[in-house]
Amino acid sequence: MPVKNLINTIHDTMWDLMANDERVVVLGEDVGQRGGVFLATKGFLDKFGEERVIDTPLAECSIVGHGIGMALGGLLPICEIQFADFIHPAFNQIVQEAARLRYRSNGDFGCPIVIRAPYGAGVHGGLYHSQSVEALFAHVPGLKIVLPSTPYDAKGLLRAALYDPDPVLYFEHKKCYRGVTGEVPDEDYEVPIGTAAVKREGDVLTVIAYGLMLHHCMDAADRLAAEESINVEVIDPRSVAPMDWECLLGSVAKTSKAMIVIEDNRTLGVGAEISARIGEELFYDLDAPVVRIGGPDIPATPYCKVLEDFFLPTPGQIYDAMLELARY
Amino acid sequence: MSRAEQTRMRHEALGLTNAQALEMHRFMLAARMLDERSWALNRQGKAPFVVSSAGHEACQVGTAYSLMRGSDYFVPYYRDLAVVMVAGLTARDVLLGVYARAEDPCNGGRQMPSHWGCHRLGIISGSSPIATQIPHAAGLAYAIKYRREAGVVMCWFGEGATSEGDWHEALNFAGIHRLPVVFVCENNKYAISVPQSKQMAVATVAERATAYGFEGHHVDGNDVLACYEAAKTAVDKARNGGGPTLIECTTYRYAPHTSDDDDRTYRTREEVKEARRHDPVHRFQAYLKQHNLIDSAELERVTEAIKADLAEAVEYVEQAPYPAVDDALRHVFYER
Repeated sequence: MPVKNLINTIHDTMWDLMANDERVVVLGEDVGQRGGVFLATKGFLDKFGEERVIDTPLAECSIVGHGIGMALGGLLPICEIQFADFIHPAFNQIVQEAARLRYRSNGDFGCPIVIRAPYGAGVHGGLYHSQSVEALFAHVPGLKIVLPSTPYDAKGLLRAALYDPDPVLYFEHKKCYRGVTGEVPDEDYEVPIGTAAVKREGDVLTVIAYGLMLHHCMDAADRLAAEESINVEVIDPRSVAPMDWECLLGSVAKTSKAMIVIEDNRTLGVGAEISARIGEELFYDLDAPVVRIGGPDIPATPYCKVLEDFFLPTPGQIYDAMLELARY
Repeated sequence: MSRAEQTRMRHEALGLTNAQALEMHRFMLAARMLDERSWALNRQGKAPFVVSSAGHEACQVGTAYSLMRGSDYFVPYYRDLAVVMVAGLTARDVLLGVYARAEDPCNGGRQMPSHWGCHRLGIISGSSPIATQIPHAAGLAYAIKYRREAGVVMCWFGEGATSEGDWHEALNFAGIHRLPVVFVCENNKYAISVPQSKQMAVATVAERATAYGFEGHHVDGNDVLACYEAAKTAVDKARNGGGPTLIECTTYRYAPHTSDDDDRTYRTREEVKEARRHDPVHRFQAYLKQHNLIDSAELERVTEAIKADLAEAVEYVEQAPYPAVDDALRHVFYER
């Protein structure tokens, strides 16, 4: 089975999806001649032509608004927002239009679009090339939000997102693009949106994380097993809307301890919702208070390395928190 | 040829039959009477919220009538009562929305009245934030062009919408790709209370089209045949691969912005009275009478028929059930 990194997997998956279905078009800034600033659409223009690989004007609201119209016309648009930090001009089109089209028409219209955006810190991107925006959209009914952490999941979730009849936000962690590799089957497959994956089995405590933080948690869990013989269960929700509560809550019920690690600002983030649900539904199963780790309430990571490092949780910090919770 | 004969030629010269001219009039009158009935129902406490279209009938019917029902697309905004009636919604359909009943074909009572949409009729569902539908129209036109289909998209909005980024971005995109879309601005001079002079530093919306690489035309929005002529030309051009057109129809709304607005706070009664002198419905009736297409007796008969239809519709919707409470939870996502 071929081993690929995350960005190459996304590139190859979109390539195959476009080759097999003429309804699929990609649109965004620099996706054509340049092949995307992260090269997610490298070579697409030559292969599929400018009708299907649309270099758009520099206007994020326009990318999503026109994508919605294309979907209404029977196409399957994949809209690329160059960085998640630049998605905010499109917020209204995503939240008020795409997310609500089905509801507001009593089911008469759907909006099958995919919006891809690179997110996350750790690449010295400063305030405006580092943001995690999933919680802003996870609050909105009508949107599905997936965050693949591995190449295998990236392929399966992208295919599922494309053929989902509802709008899907597909957030890709920039630090994982070339830093995370894994086996990717050649054949077509889907990872159903709304299904979590147990990435590491354990019985002492449950850790929930996605994106770059998942990999930090896996590193910390491996070290904890090797050094302390403590087996931590690590779960990647893979999509935060819908959330696979059955998997998450089932694991915490088994281990009786829960820890959530997110890269986003801690306050009112995805971790807050997970923690609240655990508290509501598993109060009598818990052996310790739920632990939440996340960024401080500052607007994403500053540019300077010292300051960026301060923002991001490290495998070492995560290890210490796991050990403390395990011993509670 | 006498002057009268030359004038008589107007609708025929545009390719419209006498029957079509009479149908256009009926749409205009039906929209006006439905609007008036809705206000009356509002004042009786039966219709909680009304958006008025009175004054806009010529630009709405004139432009919408140029589309082919069944294959073209209507992307209206919330003042386009006559547009959606031309597209195929009935008075009963509209009143089901006003009364927020389960059977409302547009949204099942979920949106405020006048937020129309109907997949079957090619009316694209709209929201309330201004101008958001305009990129949808352009994107839809992109899909039509991509699929080599013959359809044309027409998109309506007020002059206030032209201040929004969505409007500029959509016209820009449509111009770049020469899309089969017609943008219709119903310029009624006010965005709620803010006059055109505070929306833009140019005299007309139409002249802005040049900046996007296509034609803009300005027409008298109270003249239904002038609106039809501009729209038909633009639709034919779009269908033949000629790209987009912007049409600005100058008109006026006689009522406040909605039943929750009080327009006495921002415009004089004299101004409204003066505008009513150019009533598009009366003007078209005068045309039809002048050329013996309709007489007073026939006009009375048409009016009575619409009145009876409205009475029947009101009676029906007042008996129609509300949605089941659980319906509020449905259609967030696709239901298999």
